[in-house]
Amino acid sequence: MNVNVSNSGGGLSNAAQPMEWPEGELTRIPFWIYQNPEIYALEQQRIYEGPVWNFLCLEAEVKKPGDYRTTFIGSMPVIVARDFDDEIYAFENRCAHRGALIALDGGGHARDFTCVYHAWNYDLKGNLKAVAFEDGVAGKGGMPKTFCRSDHGPRKLRIALFSGLVFGSLSDDVPPIEEYLGEEIAAKIARVLCKPVVVTGRSTQTLNNNWKLYFENVKDTYHASLLHTFFTTFRINRLSQKGGMVVDPSGGNHASFSFIDKSSQEHDYSALGLRSENEDFKLKDTSLLANIDEFGDGCHMQILTVFPGFVLQQIQNTLAVRQILPKGQYQTALNWTTFGFEDDTPEMKRARLRQNNLAGPAGYVSMEDGAVGGFVQRGVASAGGERAVVEMGGTSTRNEGTRATEASVRGFWKCYRTHMGV
Amino acid sequence: MGAITLDRIMAVQAAYIRCIDSDALEAWPDFFVEDCLYKVTTAENERNGFEAGIIYADSRNMLSDRVLALRKANVYEKQSYRHILGLPSILKNGGDEAESETPFLVLRIMHDGQTDIFASGVYVDTYRAHGTDIKFARRLVVCDSSRFDTLMALPL
Ligand code: FES
Ligand SMILES: [Fe+2]
Repeated sequence: MNVNVSNSGGGLSNAAQPMEWPEGELTRIPFWIYQNPEIYALEQQRIYEGPVWNFLCLEAEVKKPGDYRTTFIGSMPVIVARDFDDEIYAFENRCAHRGALIALDGGGHARDFTCVYHAWNYDLKGNLKAVAFEDGVAGKGGMPKTFCRSDHGPRKLRIALFSGLVFGSLSDDVPPIEEYLGEEIAAKIARVLCKPVVVTGRSTQTLNNNWKLYFENVKDTYHASLLHTFFTTFRINRLSQKGGMVVDPSGGNHASFSFIDKSSQEHDYSALGLRSENEDFKLKDTSLLANIDEFGDGCHMQILTVFPGFVLQQIQNTLAVRQILPKGQYQTALNWTTFGFEDDTPEMKRARLRQNNLAGPAGYVSMEDGAVGGFVQRGVASAGGERAVVEMGGTSTRNEGTRATEASVRGFWKCYRTHMGV
Repeated sequence: MGAITLDRIMAVQAAYIRCIDSDALEAWPDFFVEDCLYKVTTAENERNGFEAGIIYADSRNMLSDRVLALRKANVYEKQSYRHILGLPSILKNGGDEAESETPFLVLRIMHDGQTDIFASGVYVDTYRAHGTDIKFARRLVVCDSSRFDTLMALPL
């Protein structure tokens, strides 16, 4: 590997494994990548603060001038605000004085921000507007005449808006958002976010694993019908269903999708005797599964990711965005925001409320994902020198007409290695 | 049909948590009327008027389905809860319908013995007298925190 990452522990132990990863190798993933603290620090620099578009929030969450939300890019705290010019701005949530958080809560409405520590004041664009006692008190103290407020301020992010999603970047080299997403992924975002949305709920799931394990999990179409047995039982997510997967040229963004194919009565699972088959599993209240084809294209499920930590979910009529934030190398915050549309009928609202049972921390088809990353993290505890096998479907990182592939996981590593230089 | 009293409310609260904590989930839906609303949500969502739940069931059948899914479909490490309840405040009592709020604390005990505070919050309940029983017409589980560790398999 080509990065300066030393092996902690020095020459004391035979167990210490060299951190090697042959260039271009995407079918073997070394487990130290989920463990090493230097990798974690490097990810902040090279990924989150590098040439990527970080998902910040929904436009609907900063709807009116003065509305703001606080979030993160990697570990950097960020304020997203809509100013009175009706534009959205984002900047580091860090006071230019001593570095305290500028906004302490999750969001709200403000005309400006005043740091609580010594009352330095910022506008909604992140410009330092006032320094308390700048001219001193009774002719004594105060800032030197040479101090120029405009030279000081939190780092500002570039903003890209796409279909009601707000992305931010610290990099001047990041491509325009459409190019970054890739044509197919952009179209699949626009397909779902086709009209004004309303937020219906938020929650955070704390995952006891490295962030990459969760992001890989979302991209991993191979596991869906094997780990999550709720859907397979109702023929909603069988590998034999019509559907497929697209990966953008960078590898970092993907979408998997499927169409209900009621005609196919496949026996592939029962023949294999896999755990997924539960013949006698019948719901008493099937309204949960009553899908309304709201996008008019018969696609009942689309899971889409954007590097480095965004997920757009359409599982039937349950819609959500998920934001994946690293919280140390062994912990991840998964922020769920469920939504509907402004023009939802009462029936549609009710359908979404019921179908929300499918996803989220207690979701019938997602709760396992909250735990499985932890199973890997615990499993590889002493296997830093060993490697995962990611070879389903060969070595390709691009589109496949099947979901029995790990192409999108390899795509992730392709993109990751490009950014990280490892 | 007896009137709803503090005694009966305390008895049903105690029986409810005993049911979940002793892994008798199959009996859990019986605490609800058929057209019940059971929702697990957060204080933040309630403040914002966000309607979606972490768990949302607007029929007793949906509760039975959740138990079936937990038993037959969902995969999670063996775990149990220990609910600790505060005293119910009766907010309204019309004799055959009543409302109360009861604070709760839930510890989650994993199979390896690890024990954590999993959730705290308040049960906001509406009861309906139902023969000699009283049942939940509505049980809103409002968690104080919006953060949930790993997953929520068992109901609160
Ligand atoms: S740290 Fe913000 S004003 Fe001093
Ligand atoms: Fe999954």
